[in-house]
Parts: sequence; structure tokens; C-alpha cells
Amino acid sequence: MPGPRTSLSRVEDPSASAGWSAPGRLWSRARRSLQGVAQRALGDDFDARTRTLSEQLAASDGDPFGMDLETAKNAVMVCAFFHRLYFRTEVHDVENVPPGRVLLVANHSGQVPIDGAIIGSALFLDAERPRLVRAMVEKWSQTLPFVATFFQRVGQVVGVPENAKRLLEMGEPLLVFPEGTRGISKPFSRRYQLQGFGNGFMRLAMETDTPIVPVAVIGAEEQYVNLGNLDVLAKALNMPVFPVIPQMFVPGGLLPLPTKYRLYFGEPMRFEGDHDDDDAVVEEKVWLVRQTIQSMINRGLQQRRNLFF
Amino acid sequence: MARAKTDKGPAERRRAPRRKSSRRQSDAAAAKGAVVITGICGRLGRRLARELHRERPVIGLDRRDFDDRPKDIEHHQIDIRRKKARELFRRGDIEAIVHLGVMHDPRGDSQMHHAWNVVAFQKLLDWVQIYDIPKLVLLSSANVYGPRPDNPQFLSEEAPLLGADRFSDMRDLVELDMLAQSFFWKRPETETVILRPTNILGTVKNAASNYLRLSKVPTLMGFDPMVQVVHQQDVVTALQLALRPGVRGIFNVAGPPPVALSKALRVLSRPTFSVPHQLARFGVERLWRLRMTSFPAPELDFIRYVCMVDDRRAREVLGYTPSFDLNQTLHAVDEERWL
Repeated sequence: MPGPRTSLSRVEDPSASAGWSAPGRLWSRARRSLQGVAQRALGDDFDARTRTLSEQLAASDGDPFGMDLETAKNAVMVCAFFHRLYFRTEVHDVENVPPGRVLLVANHSGQVPIDGAIIGSALFLDAERPRLVRAMVEKWSQTLPFVATFFQRVGQVVGVPENAKRLLEMGEPLLVFPEGTRGISKPFSRRYQLQGFGNGFMRLAMETDTPIVPVAVIGAEEQYVNLGNLDVLAKALNMPVFPVIPQMFVPGGLLPLPTKYRLYFGEPMRFEGDHDDDDAVVEEKVWLVRQTIQSMINRGLQQRRNLFF
Repeated sequence: MARAKTDKGPAERRRAPRRKSSRRQSDAAAAKGAVVITGICGRLGRRLARELHRERPVIGLDRRDFDDRPKDIEHHQIDIRRKKARELFRRGDIEAIVHLGVMHDPRGDSQMHHAWNVVAFQKLLDWVQIYDIPKLVLLSSANVYGPRPDNPQFLSEEAPLLGADRFSDMRDLVELDMLAQSFFWKRPETETVILRPTNILGTVKNAASNYLRLSKVPTLMGFDPMVQVVHQQDVVTALQLALRPGVRGIFNVAGPPPVALSKALRVLSRPTFSVPHQLARFGVERLWRLRMTSFPAPELDFIRYVCMVDDRRAREVLGYTPSFDLNQTLHAVDEERWL
């Protein structure tokens, strides 16, 4: 596995050659163990996977959204640590994701959108053919320096319908959370209860004739224990939500709890009809997707023996 | 960021390289009437005149002097707003107008700007109506959409024109585009074409080319938007295609596939330095007031947010394909630099 090894040593070489022998030896030992960790997180075929993707990208004349595979690769390396070692994700039925354009619809939870990163890692590291999942980010993030560039380089695009349509036309896998902020910042007491779904994703799928793969994420909902949202304070501070998370006050509590993630990919669902139809008609189809995800969640929860293992 | 009106000089003395296109020649046979080019003395106007004058009569209309003009080009050195310009249209042999005479000089007085751009264009529209001219082509710009954080990656022709929202000096350019749009609906007898090209690169003196010509190029720290560029000669080709009979509507014109700004600067191997955006804004405002820069501060948004267009309609309906690749397009800003 030459790839990550060389890139890791490139980062750490300058300090290793400082000339102090004892820290130097310590450092090289640390580096060796770091490489072991990287190997365990990324798996043996990480380089082959990135190569497949870069070949795809080279064939398509570069990415019009500014995705940069080198940056995306580094991001996946960080996510892989969480995916394989921290959350020890169990991935079920990832082969249900068809090649070509696909809309991944998942439940959103966990206060911080780690679930998106884990689904992305699973499709990059665990799918038979590696894929780079695209997701949509808040428009506001584009005004922030570095954040805007980072999102762009790892393939996340501004959340407007035109961009979603274009990505699907390009044949990319697109991840959406129809619950939005309602889902991610719901309190602990309502865990694994799906919130209201928006209709936009269904109209998009019908317009572009895209299969929908329902995804159930189990484990993310307990990573931060949110006792409730303070709406008054959120409004006063001009924030979308203000959750009360007691574990944040414990040293090291900024990290999520190391719950075990379980991902369930459902069978692709296809919907036909007029994408410009009445809300009532579209809502029925949305309800179908929502129920599918809810039942996948319920089944997953029944199978789960322990929150952490 | 459209063409500046102030450039003249020996730069255009050398002939632009002509690329043969069989399609273009056969179309020229179909339409033989005279074409009026306003702002013909600009760098783009000269190029277009050179491409057209062998195929059909070309009449120039510009306040400036057309030095070393080909003999068969008729040039009238008059202001469009003058009565004398009207005489030209009264003759009745004019079949098309290409309006390139748009001024965008951010240093200019805004009232004078408005009078020149909007009032003159309104006059032109009146004449098109009165003398029943069958074709009107306006070279607008993709900048009328404006760089914005909530822009879709590729703006379609139907996107709202919000360019003047943050940059008020743009408002007469937006108004011009809107005037042409309403004229398109008001008068179906005239084939009105609006071209909205992205950043035109070449010997032209617009903000994008000037920016890339800086010896040390500033960028905004933490921002690296995707940008589109188009070679000046490709814009000339698009203008020629727009002159074909039967073509009407609004077309975005883009060049090679988009790249990140940082990559474009790497291709040009320019030394760059990055500045935090608040500081850059503050600094450029100060420098602007001291007349030490030709870039107004709101133009910084062009290197901060994305403002790219979807040119599918131009490719399908207009039959346009850019013929210069990214390298050639970017390096076009360095042509004739020694002058």
C-alpha cells in the first residue's frame, strides 16, 4: 500500500529530520503505528479505488463543479478513520446502489452531519465499484473562506435544484436528506422517528427518471445526546437551532460518542409520473419512501443488540 | 466588464489568424445585405469587421477613428445619438446591426455612461423599428447575472439578471440587456439576438483580461471559484453565427470547460498572493479612491463567487463550438503584450 504511506511520510519528514535522536526515534515509531492505523482504516485496495475514480474523472474532461480528487482522497482518509475505526460501521446491501445516476435518500440525525460523511465513505471504500457521493450544502457556506473551497474540492455543491439536476444528468450519486434541519437537530427523545419529508427530491427523481435508494442510518442518532432545542436563544443568536448537549461540557465531549453505525441500503425504487403534479399526488410517493426508510430503521433497531457493539 | 472604449493603437495592425469554416462561407452567400457594426474601433469590433468585410458590406459606426481600416469598409465617425447617424439607416440597404458600442469604464461618470449606453441604444432600437431592419445583435455579457453565493453552478438564459445588485455601476449594462429583451418581444419582425459571453480573454481590455495580465495576481484567501473563459476569436465566431438569418433569442456563450481560478493562474504561471477578503475589499476601496487601481472593489466578487453560464443553447441552436482550448484561451491575454 504505497499511496498513503508516501503521503503520510511527506507530511512528517521535516520534523523527523530535526536531528534529535530520541524524539526522532519516538516519532518514527509513532509514524509506523500511524501507518498501521491508516492501513486498517483505508483497507488494502484504497489506491486502486482512487485510481479507478481518477480514470473516470480524466475521461470526463474534469469536474465542472470543481471537485479535486486529491483533496477528496485526503478527506476520505480522515473519514475512513471514523468509518472503520471509530464508528466501526457495518454496511449492509451496498450492492443495491445501481451504477449511474441515483438518488440516495437517508434519515438525517446526530446534530452534526457525520452521517453524510459515513455514507460517502461506505460508497467509496465498501462498494464494489468506488463512487464519490455528491451532496448539497447550504448556500451560506459559500460566503465563508476555506469552507467554500473545501466543499467545492470534495465535490459538495450549492443546494439549488439546478445543480442537483445537473449532477444527476452527469450520472453521479446524489445524497439527500429530505428531513433537513428538522431531522439533524431533533432531540434525543425523538430518536429514530422520521420527521416530515420535503417533496423536492421526489419531483427531481421523477423529472430526471432517477432511481431512489432508501438508506437507513442507525447509530448516528445517539452520537450526541440532545436534551432539547432552545428556540428563543437560537433566534436571539441568529442560529438555525440551539441544542442543549450536556456531553459537550465534559472534556473530550466534543467528539461524538463512539456508537456503532449500521447502514442499510434498500432496493432501488422507481417512480413515474408528472414531476409538476399537485403536492397531494407527490406526497403519496414521498410517503412511500418515508415509510420504507422507517421500516428499515425499525428492522435495524430490532437486530441491534448493543448501542456500542 | 464589457469592452472599454478607450483602446486604440497599432495592436490590431496584424491580421487576426483566420480559420476557415465552410459553414460560415455558405451562410454568407445567403445574406448579402450590409451590416452596421457600432463600436467597430474596439478590439472586438475590428476583429469582427475583418471577418465579415469580404463576405458582405460592412459599415462602421463609432466616435473613434478607424485607423488602417480595410478599404472596403465604410466608416462613419459619428455619435450614434446624432441625427447624422440616422441618415445612415434611412438608406435602406442595411440588413443587420451588431451593437458592440457598449461602454464600461468604471472610472467614468455614471450619468455620461447612462446617456451613452442606454440612450444611444434606445435610439438604435427606434431606428430598427422605423427602418425595418431585420436583424439586431447585442453583445451583452454573462456578468449581468452577477457573481453570487447562491448561484447555480451554470446559469441558464432564464436566470434573473442580478449583476447590478451588489455592483451598481453595472446597472446600465443590465438595463441594456433588458431593453433588448423587451424589444425581442415587442417586435417579432426583427430577429433580436442577445449574446452573453463569459469572461472574454485576448487583446481586449476588459477586467478579466486585465486581471490576468497583472504581474502579481491577487486572489482572495480561502476562495477559489470555478471560472469560465472564452477566446475573443470564439466570440467573433459566435457573433457571425448570430448574424445568420433565422437565429433569434438569448444565448450564453462559453469557451472551454470551466476551471478553478487557481488552476487558470497556474496555467499562466503567474505569481500570485492571497489576501483575506475583508482586507482586500478595504484595500481596493482605498486604492480606488487614490486612483491606484482600475478595479472597483465590488469586482472582487468575481474572484470570490461563481458566475458561470450554461451554453447548451448556443451549442444546439446557434451551432457554436469554441475552437480554442483552455491553454490557448488563457495565453491569449499575453498576445501583443510587448506593445
